Amino acid sequence: MEPIRVHSGLVYPMNRANVDTDQIIPKQFLKRIERQGFGQFLFYHWRFDEEGEKRDSFSMNDKKYTDASILVAGDNFGCGSSREHAPWAILDYGFRVVIAPSFADIFYNNCVKNGILPVQLSEDETQAIIKKAEQQKLELTIDLEKQLVVEEEEFNFSFDISDYHKQMLLNGWDEIAVTLTHEDKITAYEERQHLTG
Amino acid sequence: MTQPKTIIEKIWNNHIVHQEPGKPDLLYIDLHLIHEVTSPQAFEGLRMKGRKVRRPELTFATMDHNVPTKQRHIIKDEVSKKQMHTLKENCEEFGVPLADIDHPDQGIVHVIGPELGLTQPGKTIVCGDSHTSTHGAFGALAFGIGTSEVEHVLSTQTLGQARPKTLQVKVNGKLGTGVTAKDLILAIIAKYGVRFGTGYVIEYTGEAIRDLSMEQRMTVCNMSIEAGARAGLISPDDTTIEYLRGKRHVPDGEAFEQAAAEWRALATDEGASYDATVEIDADKVEPQVTWGTNPAMCVPVSANVPDPASQEKDYEQDEVQRALDYMGLEANQSIDSVEIEHVFIGSCTNSRLSDLKKAADIVRGKQVHEKVTALVVPGSKTVKEQAEAEGLDVIFKTAGFEWRDAGCSMCLAMNDDIIPPGERCASTSNRNFEGRQGNGARTHLVSPEMAAAAALEGHFVDVRQYTKTALNG
Ligand code: SF4
Repeated sequence: MEPIRVHSGLVYPMNRANVDTDQIIPKQFLKRIERQGFGQFLFYHWRFDEEGEKRDSFSMNDKKYTDASILVAGDNFGCGSSREHAPWAILDYGFRVVIAPSFADIFYNNCVKNGILPVQLSEDETQAIIKKAEQQKLELTIDLEKQLVVEEEEFNFSFDISDYHKQMLLNGWDEIAVTLTHEDKITAYEERQHLTG
Repeated sequence: MTQPKTIIEKIWNNHIVHQEPGKPDLLYIDLHLIHEVTSPQAFEGLRMKGRKVRRPELTFATMDHNVPTKQRHIIKDEVSKKQMHTLKENCEEFGVPLADIDHPDQGIVHVIGPELGLTQPGKTIVCGDSHTSTHGAFGALAFGIGTSEVEHVLSTQTLGQARPKTLQVKVNGKLGTGVTAKDLILAIIAKYGVRFGTGYVIEYTGEAIRDLSMEQRMTVCNMSIEAGARAGLISPDDTTIEYLRGKRHVPDGEAFEQAAAEWRALATDEGASYDATVEIDADKVEPQVTWGTNPAMCVPVSANVPDPASQEKDYEQDEVQRALDYMGLEANQSIDSVEIEHVFIGSCTNSRLSDLKKAADIVRGKQVHEKVTALVVPGSKTVKEQAEAEGLDVIFKTAGFEWRDAGCSMCLAMNDDIIPPGERCASTSNRNFEGRQGNGARTHLVSPEMAAAAALEGHFVDVRQYTKTALNG
């Protein structure tokens, strides 16, 4: 996975809470056996009508957000199904950072494993970003090392992230390889539990 | 004396393979369940790195999400077919046991794990599926994982996890007649919201929980994830142990008694403390019906759909309004006035034998309303067989229900069992998200009894008034 250190980009504001992974990527697109190519299906039924035409009423279709790489949304983002297709779609569409007041646990982990930075800000901070990005083009810089969300004019927010998740994102680790350095411990555990086959 | 512990802490401590400050604990995984949708990319990852499955015998796969529930072998969708075929190839290549579509053990992964006795108290259980929380009913620590984590478990039989906070959900008193485990968990989520469990593992305690059968406990734990909790569990007791006795993968004879003693010892100690506790009175819970697009958007059957104007914040008003628009409902409309076109009895929440029996008790000798299409989809082939042995299929079919083969079916509509846009379904499943049962479909979550009664009436009714005799009988 691609490391992420500092990311600057355009914000797409989605002022909705409890956005579930069924909305992020609907089930009919989960049948593919690859990891790539899910971006075209992101928020499919919100972006497209029954005929597959873009819905003008859905702001993500607005040209001014075409190059957005930072998704800012309401509380409890990514709830519901554990499908990792959701972060795959988000990443493939072009987002590297998702900002929300809170995330569902499984979704949060899935993001980190795919090099997407989930940033947790307060409700007020998130709303301030959303409101501004709805009014005008808004560019933010997220500095993972310093744990800051910065905008030229006004915003300077700090965020929390566990040190482990931070290191994973900064370094783009292959977690399996890291775990396998403890293989002797796994074997010892299996022996203790009489699990050796 | 040692510090009293919760079952969550005990299971956690028993499974630590490696600990380092500032890092997640590396936990050993006792059982890894697999299905066709969330595993192909994980197996592909192994292949690309030349890695193996460390413990194929602790891994068990089935096909459930895509499988047709009628005309079993006609899979029209080529991509679905390929996904199922890929699972078969992967299981063969990596030596993982598989209950495929033709296998007598096939069924929804969260139905067959317990049925086969693979699910046992004290185990750590994972699956690339958020409803893995179901297995917590047995006093196992069971949670859903993403596909990258599936790959990690396949390859190492471990998973790095930050120690979760513990949350006690205490259910006082007793559930009334005709009020089910499904109503209880919906009422809990309605009261505390869709994210009160985020970051926690839930333990359900209290008199009403002790009174539940194992299958009812599975219904409760199943929906822990709808409250945001990856795992929800119940300390093992006599009910747990008697349910497990004689199951295929459970030891027998002397070894069973020994295992049972160990399982009992896992129960939360007297005086153990939780990071948080919430409570609910079971005797106040009524049959529930969801009205909106997440499981907390739920009211008792005697109540009305809410009014956006009564919400505090503007984005909350928007959320309620958007849900009403999607659902085609008016603010303040009484929920029992809502008419339905479809009924789905099935899913890992409510497709076990006792669920089907209770629904059958309601419909016995009656007829499905003329404008309703009603479906029963047993959770596994075994459930189907047992139900047929008891004549439930005949009761359902005579009443006008379709009697299908085992799978996830209309819970997520990945196969051909799809609700058309704008149509409305009373469903015993667990998610009423937009489009869950088909693009534009409108889902109302209810218990099997409430779904059965709605099928007969064509709209929601309080099942307690509808047929007291059937429920008491
Ligand atoms: S029945 Fe529904 S919720 Fe359960 S595993 Fe299948 S798709 Fe998921």
